[in-house]
Amino acid sequence: MKKKVILGIVLICLIALIPLFALPDAEFGGSDDAGSQVVEEVDSSYEPWAAPVLETLLGRELPGEVESLFFCIQTGIGVGIIAFIMGRFVERKKWMKQEEGTARDSDR
Amino acid sequence: MSKKEKRILAFLAVTALTLGVAPRAEAMHIMEGYLPGGYCIAWGVLCLPFLAAGFFAIRKTLQERRNLITLLAMSGAFIFVISSLKIPSVTGSCSHMTGTGLGAILFGPSAVSILGLIVLLFQALLLGHGGLTTIGANTFSMAIAGPFVSWGIYLLCQKLKVNKRAGIFLAAALGDLVTYCVTALQMAVVHNADSTFGEALIKFLTVFAPTQIPLAVIEGIITVLIVMGLETYAKPELKTIGFLKEAK
Repeated sequence: MKKKVILGIVLICLIALIPLFALPDAEFGGSDDAGSQVVEEVDSSYEPWAAPVLETLLGRELPGEVESLFFCIQTGIGVGIIAFIMGRFVERKKWMKQEEGTARDSDR
Repeated sequence: MSKKEKRILAFLAVTALTLGVAPRAEAMHIMEGYLPGGYCIAWGVLCLPFLAAGFFAIRKTLQERRNLITLLAMSGAFIFVISSLKIPSVTGSCSHMTGTGLGAILFGPSAVSILGLIVLLFQALLLGHGGLTTIGANTFSMAIAGPFVSWGIYLLCQKLKVNKRAGIFLAAALGDLVTYCVTALQMAVVHNADSTFGEALIKFLTVFAPTQIPLAVIEGIITVLIVMGLETYAKPELKTIGFLKEAK
């Protein structure tokens, strides 16, 4: 079980990191950008008719660092919830085991 | 504070800083303004029945079993985390996973549509990633088509008595992949003025699909790992939703 988990994690890291080393020239931009390039190729007359809300409010593009801040907040919220609930589950399991143990003791 | 401790602190601070500065990259949803108004509304309307079904399904689950909110919150949080991580892929561009497979397997696809919509709203409003005008189309691909495929594949694997973990892996990975194929389809339907629909579809697919394949594999593995964790620690909840059999 433990081995499988570790193997899984190692595999994930390998799949994620190998392209980074194997393709030194690649830009690793988003496939969104590639998407809008394709739009230009197959539908050159199309003009996007709306801009993201925050960009419109700011009147400029969201600065890269601020964008990464928002992404971190998103990750943080998610990880926080998962860790909190998982922590409770783990504690509960311990606790349930103890209770079973004491129940068995009092049966005797 | 000893010298050694100081050195450790400095090292940690540097690592934290370098990791905190993520490179700017945009991953994949249909961007704001990239679909004509009619299509925006059409995709949005198409999503409504699924979202309503999802809302009722969630309400029913929570009314009957209040304690399931933990698992539900976890499925939602999983989508939050997974869809915020942009991962480099073999094609030289970055993309992110969807994370909807887990929720679909545990709660059924319609419940996930609500969870997915929350994530898409967050990204559209704060990140300029996806968009409010295209939220219908994005919800359809990420929060409806993907989860339904995941769920279908999971059930199919159960019917065919495929190994449970293999089933979960396939469900999550293919659900992820389908999300991006549907996105390609949505784009090709609109943007084919300079070529034919087929050519445009192939072009969009070649941009999205190869990038997504390794990520789909990662998503499959992560989902299996999370389910393994839940099987160890959340047995009571998994039994109430019928994921684990009551027997034994």
